[in-house]
Amino acid sequence: MNEQPFEPKIIGFLCNWCSYRAADLAGTSRMKYAPNVRTIRVMCSGRVDPTFVLKAFANGADGVMIAGCHPGECHYLVQNYKAMRRFAMLRHTLRALGMEDERIRLQWASAAEGNVLAAAVDEMVEQVRALGPLNWRERFAENGRMRQAVERLAEEHAQAMEVPA
Amino acid sequence: MSERVGVYICHCGSNIAGKVDVVGLAEWAAENLEGVVVARDYKFMCSSLGQELIAEDIQKEGLTRVVVGACSPHLHEKTFRRACANAGLNPYLCQMASLREQVSWVTEDKALADAKSRALIAGAVGRVQLQEPLQPTEVPVNPNTLVVGGGIAGIQAALELADAGRHVFLVEREPSIGGHMAQFDKTFPTLDCSACILTPKMSDVGQHDDITLLSYAEVEEVKGFVGSFEVRVRKKARYVKEDLCTGCGICIEKCPWKVKDEVFEVGLGTRKAIYRPFPQAVPKYPVIDRENCAYFKKGTCKACEKFCPTDAIDFEQQDTFLDLAVGNIILATGFDPFDAGRIPQYSYGKLPNVFTSLEFERMCNAAGPTGGRIVLRDGVTEPQSIGIVHCVGSRDQNYNPYCSAVCCMAALKFGHLVKEKTSAEVTSFYIDLRAPAKGYEEFYDRLLGEGMKFVRGRVGDISDAARLPGEKGKLIVQVEDTLLGRQRRIPVDMVVLMTALEPRADAHQVGLKFGISCSMEGWFTERHPKLDPVATMTDGIFLAGTCQGPKDIPASVSQGAAAAARIQGMITKGTVLIEPVVATIDAERCSGCRICNNLCPFNAIEFLEAEGVSHINQALCKGCGTCVAACPAQAITGAHFTNEQISAEILGLLYDARQPVAEPAAV
Repeated sequence: MNEQPFEPKIIGFLCNWCSYRAADLAGTSRMKYAPNVRTIRVMCSGRVDPTFVLKAFANGADGVMIAGCHPGECHYLVQNYKAMRRFAMLRHTLRALGMEDERIRLQWASAAEGNVLAAAVDEMVEQVRALGPLNWRERFAENGRMRQAVERLAEEHAQAMEVPA
Repeated sequence: MSERVGVYICHCGSNIAGKVDVVGLAEWAAENLEGVVVARDYKFMCSSLGQELIAEDIQKEGLTRVVVGACSPHLHEKTFRRACANAGLNPYLCQMASLREQVSWVTEDKALADAKSRALIAGAVGRVQLQEPLQPTEVPVNPNTLVVGGGIAGIQAALELADAGRHVFLVEREPSIGGHMAQFDKTFPTLDCSACILTPKMSDVGQHDDITLLSYAEVEEVKGFVGSFEVRVRKKARYVKEDLCTGCGICIEKCPWKVKDEVFEVGLGTRKAIYRPFPQAVPKYPVIDRENCAYFKKGTCKACEKFCPTDAIDFEQQDTFLDLAVGNIILATGFDPFDAGRIPQYSYGKLPNVFTSLEFERMCNAAGPTGGRIVLRDGVTEPQSIGIVHCVGSRDQNYNPYCSAVCCMAALKFGHLVKEKTSAEVTSFYIDLRAPAKGYEEFYDRLLGEGMKFVRGRVGDISDAARLPGEKGKLIVQVEDTLLGRQRRIPVDMVVLMTALEPRADAHQVGLKFGISCSMEGWFTERHPKLDPVATMTDGIFLAGTCQGPKDIPASVSQGAAAAARIQGMITKGTVLIEPVVATIDAERCSGCRICNNLCPFNAIEFLEAEGVSHINQALCKGCGTCVAACPAQAITGAHFTNEQISAEILGLLYDARQPVAEPAAV
């Protein structure tokens, strides 16, 4: 019924100071790149709450890109390191849920790196295209393995939180 | 209460309309997006007629929210916010979608461009309905200014402000102000003596009541924001008491230790262990070079102390710290010359008679190490032929792709000086000759008349390997003459390498200290490359001179003056508006877990022991939102970037992907 080729839908969180400016620069330089990343401007990559990412996946996104200033170049000094730590935890959780690593990407792009951002978008779009649609809801509903993974994750967390007597 | 949203799609001439179906997009928004009561397209939304369109609708249609699909918000957000404010709508109830930079300019396929445009508009429409009216805070502007770097750009900026009666702190890393211009002999194209036009300005700075000159000092730390920065400056120990020193110079005369001067004389000359970089240095106080002073190395000597008539020498002096309060900052930190040794085929450092342009400047300078005589490295022999190589380290994919802007004209100046001082032949090896400013082309014509020779082609190799008659004992410049269309070997006695201007080696660290960014090469990034080359993205931080990109003296002076004028305007106005994008904690919801307390690098979050909750000091908050994302109780709200606003934006962006929410299966 669906004759059109699969076009991945990716949500991109771009920090105001580096990556959004990189996107501006890619625009003024007329660099052509894949139109699949739909962007949200946030002040800092540190603003990206992991639940935003989950929300995007739950509502039909096939991938999420978080882009910020290079480590050591954050407009807010160190907040991109916090984004980096959150990203590691988020990826761990998503992996446990059975999601492919390529569907979530942390990309550093300075205000001067329009080409870097454009190349990263192109690469990610191709990777997600190869994986196919995420179909989060269907996969979760049909795949017993994922339910088990979630239960195991909850167990792991409970164990980790337990204070030894 | 439901909001009434107006959507405005800009054609931007053909910039957006050439790729995106703007008419269809507006119709689609009106039909499909909840809350939209008006959707229009217009040729140029940013024009006054476009803005009036919005204002009219706000008044007639009773719009409560506005979405503009146009260029990047970094370009025109202010324009449309102002248009809304003029029509009585709070400016923070306007949202932009970047249809130009993020869609029409970067997308090939028209259908996909339409789909992405719809998503961006749907995201903005979703978000804007949850936006809240905000008021920017008005803060006073401290009338004092910090200028970092005492080259010609920094000097000009400091004098402009001080002459207007505003106090300036001028911080210079070296013992004297003057910068690179103080090293030059003549300046193109008028051939003014560099020192003759610079030193009066330097002494103006030294004597000005409204300039506090902090030489041999560096900025350690910068805190605060536009209007009220707090700056900590480290004043390095000179080992000379400035209040006692008269600058008589007896200490320098009596110091028995000579060392090679690698900074001011670029290795061609010597100075003493206690020294002043050059005779007209400002301030006049000398500095003891700790590395080479016999007292610091061996514990004996103290000749300077013995002979000082005012007891100004103090071997125990320590670095001191000064805390300054300023409203604005100008960075004028200059450039580093390219290290010619990085290009091995040009043999700099291996063949003695290959010089850099800065070495040649010093050699031509009457106050320089050779007393202004143009001689080979042996210090006596006058060259009979000189080759000047352009674009050394610039316009070269292996080193720097950019043009250094000043070398062509400096090479012409060198040609003139050689012709004036010697009978040598001068040949310039250029790729393209660039003489684009006032009087420059005329200067080129003059040099053609003076007999300077020009060979068009990039030099491939400089060696002393003689192969042909007449090459023995010479430097052979191997070049493809692209006008003749053949390879040539041109023997000369001396080669001058016109080295590129490079960003300071520590530009990235300095940029971080002041909260501004650098280009890929390391030049500081201006707010807008054409319309605002003086300001930066960080309010209150301005740029002047070559730290922003290669430029000549007139351009550096203009930029210094322009930066000063911008600041003078802010001081005259007296106050500045600060974006109200800050975080607040709802004390009712805060559990007092203190997770947020250590997340803030600006120390804006404090824990109120008595109440058992955390609290954000809004004057210190910069609005990054990291604490908002971290709060497990969702007790922190980031104004203009709330969880609800961002979630609505996500849902809008995925307008075509969302599926009906299934009831969660019973557990």
